[in-house]
Amino acid sequence: MKNVKLLTRLLFVAILFTACSNDDDAPTPVNEEEVITTLTVKLIPSGGGSEISMIYRDLDGPDGPNDPVITTTSDLATGITYNGTIRVENETESPAENITEEVEEEDLEHQFFYTPGGGLSVTTTYSNFDADGNPLGTQFTLTAGAASSGTLTFTLRHEPTKPNSGLSDAGGETDISATFDVTVQ
Amino acid sequence: MRYYAIIVMLLCITITHSQNCDHSLSGTVIDLHDGQILVGATLIIAGTNQAVQTDIDGRFSFSNLCNDTYSIQVSHPYCRTEGFTVKVLGKTRRSFRLEHHIEELNQITIEGKAFTSKSKTILENTLNSKDLERYSAGSLGDALNNLSGVSSLNTGNTVIKPLINGLHSSRVVIINNGVRLEDQEWGAEHAPNIDINTVGNLTLIKGAGALQYGGDAVGGVIIAEAAKVPVKDSLYGKSLMTMSNNGRGASLTSQLTKSHKNGWYAKIQGTLKRYGDFKAPNYVLSNTGFFERNLSLGIGLNRFNYGFEAYYSLFKNDIGILRASHLGGAQDQVQAIESDVPLIIDDFTYHIDAPKQNVTHHLAKIKGFRRFDNFGKLEIQYDFQRNNRFEFDIRRGDDKNKASLDLQLDTHTLLLDLDINTSSKSSFQTGLMASYQKNIANPETGVRRLIPDYDMYALGAYGIANFKLNEQWLLEVGGRFDYTHMDAFKFYRSSFWESRNYDVIFSDIVVEELDNQVLANPQLNFYNGSGTLGSTYSFGQDYQLFINYSIASRTPNPSDLFSEGLHHSASRIEIGDLRFDSEIGHKLMLSLNKRSQLFSYTINPFINVITDFIVIEPTDVRQTIRGNFQVWEYRQTNAKLIGIDVDASYSISGNFIYNGQLSLVKGYDRTRKEPLINMPPAQIKNEIVFQKNSVNNLRLSLESEYNFKQNEYPDNNFEVFIPEIGATKLVDVSTPPDAYHLLHFNSSIDFKTTKNKTLTVGLEIENLLNTSYRNYLNRFRYYADDLGRNFLINLKFNY
Repeated sequence: MKNVKLLTRLLFVAILFTACSNDDDAPTPVNEEEVITTLTVKLIPSGGGSEISMIYRDLDGPDGPNDPVITTTSDLATGITYNGTIRVENETESPAENITEEVEEEDLEHQFFYTPGGGLSVTTTYSNFDADGNPLGTQFTLTAGAASSGTLTFTLRHEPTKPNSGLSDAGGETDISATFDVTVQ
Repeated sequence: MRYYAIIVMLLCITITHSQNCDHSLSGTVIDLHDGQILVGATLIIAGTNQAVQTDIDGRFSFSNLCNDTYSIQVSHPYCRTEGFTVKVLGKTRRSFRLEHHIEELNQITIEGKAFTSKSKTILENTLNSKDLERYSAGSLGDALNNLSGVSSLNTGNTVIKPLINGLHSSRVVIINNGVRLEDQEWGAEHAPNIDINTVGNLTLIKGAGALQYGGDAVGGVIIAEAAKVPVKDSLYGKSLMTMSNNGRGASLTSQLTKSHKNGWYAKIQGTLKRYGDFKAPNYVLSNTGFFERNLSLGIGLNRFNYGFEAYYSLFKNDIGILRASHLGGAQDQVQAIESDVPLIIDDFTYHIDAPKQNVTHHLAKIKGFRRFDNFGKLEIQYDFQRNNRFEFDIRRGDDKNKASLDLQLDTHTLLLDLDINTSSKSSFQTGLMASYQKNIANPETGVRRLIPDYDMYALGAYGIANFKLNEQWLLEVGGRFDYTHMDAFKFYRSSFWESRNYDVIFSDIVVEELDNQVLANPQLNFYNGSGTLGSTYSFGQDYQLFINYSIASRTPNPSDLFSEGLHHSASRIEIGDLRFDSEIGHKLMLSLNKRSQLFSYTINPFINVITDFIVIEPTDVRQTIRGNFQVWEYRQTNAKLIGIDVDASYSISGNFIYNGQLSLVKGYDRTRKEPLINMPPAQIKNEIVFQKNSVNNLRLSLESEYNFKQNEYPDNNFEVFIPEIGATKLVDVSTPPDAYHLLHFNSSIDFKTTKNKTLTVGLEIENLLNTSYRNYLNRFRYYADDLGRNFLINLKFNY
């Protein structure tokens, strides 16, 4: 009987404590560090001329309901070779975080792929490589072929199989898959 | 109905057996109140000279009886002598319950159970410790899978979530040692945090009838109880070891109990399980190992008039998630589905890498009871649970080793229960529940919170009454009311907040507007009523008919309400809705049960009509910088589930027993007039058991398990742009896998090492034919086959 009394008392003390420890502090926000919002491709004609920018911007990230905004400053010119650079950013942070640096630091675990589709006549070659000599692809050259139009997709894979013969056997996870409508004139 | 008639006819044949007088009656005599065995009880058969006493284990046995009705007088020094009428048919087993206290004489029933039933008018399925020991190396879900009407929603082979008559997660209430398990059960990929080896008796109630445990069990209730400790001077224990070749691992569990005849007892138990990568028939399932550590301690005093118990358990598990299931979007999904083998297959390892889960669950409770003469029993319980869940994804940069999900869920509950003995014909049980729950999502993960921070307060009250009208009819009626208040702080993405029109509807709950996020403070109240009405009709030699109607009301869980973002393990965007009401289920169940030595069966049809049923369904394909993602939105609809569960057991000859099982459930969305997703396909199990008690309790069994192809499913396929081919492709996420058939072999044999010590050795082979198959209810069926053949060696040592 004594035990029961003691226990009952203990119980009420426990309840009182838990009931009082409630505080209504607002939580701190989480700014996602790994979100990629923006892919910018700069194409500089190797023989000189004006630079072409292709921007794929998804400011509310992959989960957000807003559609990405896709812009291309001008068409490609047939027969011209362009030196391309890719910049990847997180624009939810201010200032925007440059994720290209992270990708280049972890070069063994990343690779960009360039996929023309729908009859677009362009060829690409890698200009930078990882520590093992396999393609990384934040830098590349692009040669515009015959006049045509179609799509050009930039894909960034995380932890792909390296070396590989292309997207089909690269595996890994897609971090970026940005498709632009492109015309060669 | 025709089926029923045939079975009745079959039974008529069995009843008119010959009148040999070489039958027997055996069983145990136990205390009505706590199921403890009664040693030295005297049993006398009226009209004969036969009298026996129960042995040290409370067992008795009469032989040379005819198939007839006998009057038996049972007496014990501390109990009032009682007379029972027993019908003997073949080898009959009956257990007698005596009131182990002379002052209270009002309740004496004959029941063959050591654990009291939880609902009087719903047929309960139970697994005792012997059944459970076979699953020592597995999980609660594996053990429950063995019962008709129960299947599981799996995430690979390590996360096994019970599904009762087609429903799972928050719709299934799990009671662990009298404590309602609060372990983030809303997630389809969260398995119950409970060590199967702490369970002495597992009861399944396929409905909401057990109102003392909650009114929200739209699917059902699973009750896990610890083994009872006898009131005598004793020190006993057991150890079980299971080694298996698939996963190249082992499970070890031990328990030790010290009991004293003055009612004091103490027990300790621990489990260790370590497995590496499991194997499908043709390849390694990379990153599917697990490492589980559990501990439980209990101390208590069990007297007739009062008692208490203090209990603590710790459950800790590291679970690897199939590496090939982690995808970056719909394009990756196309590739994974099109490939016959997982896209990532590495060599076997014990190492568990991301993606993985790490879960810790603490449970502590203190409980006391006091019995009042001529009134009843009062019980008070306080329990505390802390659940820590970490989920690790494959990440980049500095966040590589950081969890993507880090939740801490604390729950305090106070329970007050009162059992009132109104008369020998009726009983009344009532109680109150108060609980406080706090969820904290750690912002350090660098990933937006999947489940927001919230405080939840709940109050509940229930009453259940039983009336025994006569020997045949028993009526049960019960009601419960629950109030839930939820106070959450949730950051919404501004674009989402506006696109859902929340900025207009919920402008009053905005606390703060940041650059691209909105902090809202939803305060939600839910008032839920639930009830049960049922009857049990006992007739004929050994038939019982259970009829039960129950209403369950479930408060939407945090993921139904607050989801808003990418669910990595499902590679889809999931969206909840703040405006949801409680889901209300109406379940009508009918069970016909026949128990006899020769032929036993149960036929259990049911219908469950659920209003405001919360389903998640694909609504859109979203174009994002990571390619396409399918958008799944929660919505409320009206659903109907109908089905039937059948169990049968037939004694072919002295040593051979046949067991059969059929489970069938069909689920429909009545608003959209289409089938519900993830309904278990029909399943048939047949088992032949050979048992020879004279040869060291040798038991051999061969089980066949046939799973049909699910032929009714909603079409959730979608199209995705594939850059390599410059065109779109259909992603088939709907078509269920083909039917499959599995064979399992099981054997065990006992060796007496000394007088009180037994060693049991068992060999088990799961998936005997190494069949490659995929299970519709495995969330990883798109990526890999299920488990291949597995040899298990079990050693059990009782001491």
